[in-house]
Amino acid sequence: MNLKLLFSVSKSLLFARWKQTLVAAIGVTFSITMFITLLSFMSGLNDLLDGLILNRTPHVRLYNEIQPSKKQPIDYAEKHKNDYNFVNSVKPKNERLEIYNNGAIINVLKKDKRILGIAPKITAQVFYNVGAIDLTGVINGIDVEEENRLFMFKDYVTAGNYINLKNIPNSIVLGKGAAEKMMTNIGDVIQVTTIKGERMQLKVVGYFQSGLQDIDKVQSYTSLSTAQKLLGESNSYITDIQIKLKDITLAPSLTIEYQKLFDVEAIDIQTANSQFETGSSIRTLISYAVGITLLIVAGFGIYNILNMMIYEKMDSIAILKATGFSGKDVNLVFIIIALTIGIFGGMLGLLFGFSLSALIDQIPFNTAALPTIKTYPINYNPKFYIIGSIFSIVTTYLAGYFPSRKASKIDPVIIIRGK
Amino acid sequence: MSEIILEAKNISKYFHDPLTIQVLKDINFSINKSDFVAVTGRSGCGKSTLLYILSTMDTDYTGDLYIDGIKMGNKKEGELAIVRNEKIGFVFQFHYLLNEFSVLRNVMLPGLKLGKYDEKEIEARAYEKLKILEIENEALKSPNQLSGGQKQRVAIARALINDPLIIMGDEPTGNLDKKNSEIVFNIFQELSQVYNQTLLIVTHDNDFADRTDRIIEMEDGKIISI
Repeated sequence: MNLKLLFSVSKSLLFARWKQTLVAAIGVTFSITMFITLLSFMSGLNDLLDGLILNRTPHVRLYNEIQPSKKQPIDYAEKHKNDYNFVNSVKPKNERLEIYNNGAIINVLKKDKRILGIAPKITAQVFYNVGAIDLTGVINGIDVEEENRLFMFKDYVTAGNYINLKNIPNSIVLGKGAAEKMMTNIGDVIQVTTIKGERMQLKVVGYFQSGLQDIDKVQSYTSLSTAQKLLGESNSYITDIQIKLKDITLAPSLTIEYQKLFDVEAIDIQTANSQFETGSSIRTLISYAVGITLLIVAGFGIYNILNMMIYEKMDSIAILKATGFSGKDVNLVFIIIALTIGIFGGMLGLLFGFSLSALIDQIPFNTAALPTIKTYPINYNPKFYIIGSIFSIVTTYLAGYFPSRKASKIDPVIIIRGK
Repeated sequence: MSEIILEAKNISKYFHDPLTIQVLKDINFSINKSDFVAVTGRSGCGKSTLLYILSTMDTDYTGDLYIDGIKMGNKKEGELAIVRNEKIGFVFQFHYLLNEFSVLRNVMLPGLKLGKYDEKEIEARAYEKLKILEIENEALKSPNQLSGGQKQRVAIARALINDPLIIMGDEPTGNLDKKNSEIVFNIFQELSQVYNQTLLIVTHDNDFADRTDRIIEMEDGKIISI
């Protein structure tokens, strides 16, 4: 019952100065709106930029690299086992880029529960022949369906149908930049030369646009079998195994594990793209900082208004205390006022924040670099809404705490005798 | 010998700022049930200071205060608030009504705080008190629509709502004209005679004091006559 009474006292105090109350609530609403919008937009942008690289990048990539042996023959000799052996001018051996025994490796990986999927790949250096000129390029032989499932290949094929790559033999999806240079259309046949000098005719079935121009100028895609044919290799030849994990954070540890287990080179996404992670974490940090600053400013607004209210209502507080309200009751009244402002302002803020982000989500955003994006990216993560509401309540509570304490300490004798 | 409601034993008080001055010197007296007592004295003699100590709002004193036989000295702030709520009714020089609430609600507030009855019952009792003071027609108005005399009567109704052991007044007629003072005094007298209400009123209006049952006269922080 007591609480009900305190609520009714708070309510009448709130409405007695409803304009001030409104201003305070608008402050909270505005800051929460901006907090939500800012974070949704920033994190949408982050996801977009990260996706640009991270969606296309395997979490762990197994490959072979041409490099000098780490252990030279002399290191194996019993006689010199305990010596320091210096070998000058070490050169790599003529080794193939193929992953040896890849069938067995893939079988082992397929049984691994931590793995979402595996896509084998062949990378081949080629020249695109345009009349008398050769353009350098890289052809990726891919397992079309797996590549699409794991790395959203379809999203990046801007013209033509990606599945034709699998269905039409000797077909190629050209990088958009490369296609423009060669002035080819879909359905045309182009000629490529491998570094070993073999020539092959390939039918263009689509264009590929990653958003990174340097990549689009050189990279093209064919099916695995086309790439194997192009290189004159058997159908067991692959150069890379791309692994997508269920949990991306496991990538570094699994990389080390596979390196040892399969005796191949391996690299994890975190190492390969560390700059992206740094970028997004700093952008997130900045948006949180701005959002929280807005809330703190709103908190000061509430603090001021409550302070004024307490000065104005000094008499009322004194008489409430004289007629039997304890300091705790008075304290609670002002905390209730502050929290009411916080909760209502905050809820409206969440609503407006959602509407504003939805609005931004509708604004057209076309850029050549990002073929899959048509409007500004927004991330509707419920986390922001939870943080926003918790923060609005915490800041308004703190903003109310000190004025309420002051109100609860008011000595009715001083006020009443002062008249 | 009737029941003692309020008893002061050796109460002294000092002001420390800027110099230590003793404002109350060894006050001893008691008030019996249904006494109508006036405390008089020149301004500055400490009569209001004494009243605020007796009302438990001022806790910075030495000596003992008993209300209804219970010692107030070592009670906490929250407990004293309950004592004020339940056992003491206040009428100040200024009415101190809350403009945010209607007259009726103002009267009801201490009752709601006490929570002895439910809201309906408190409302009925508030009407009853307003009727005693003949202002029940103003119940739903806002306090700032009332005249000074009416406001003071509302304040008295508020003091009565919890049927307090004692009503304390600090110059309750100090802000009123002759006519309204008369009305307020008559109300106090009626409360004392008809309802056996105990009253302790601080005043420097000698006409007022002369008509009460008992006068406590103070000078320089001491009681000179009881």
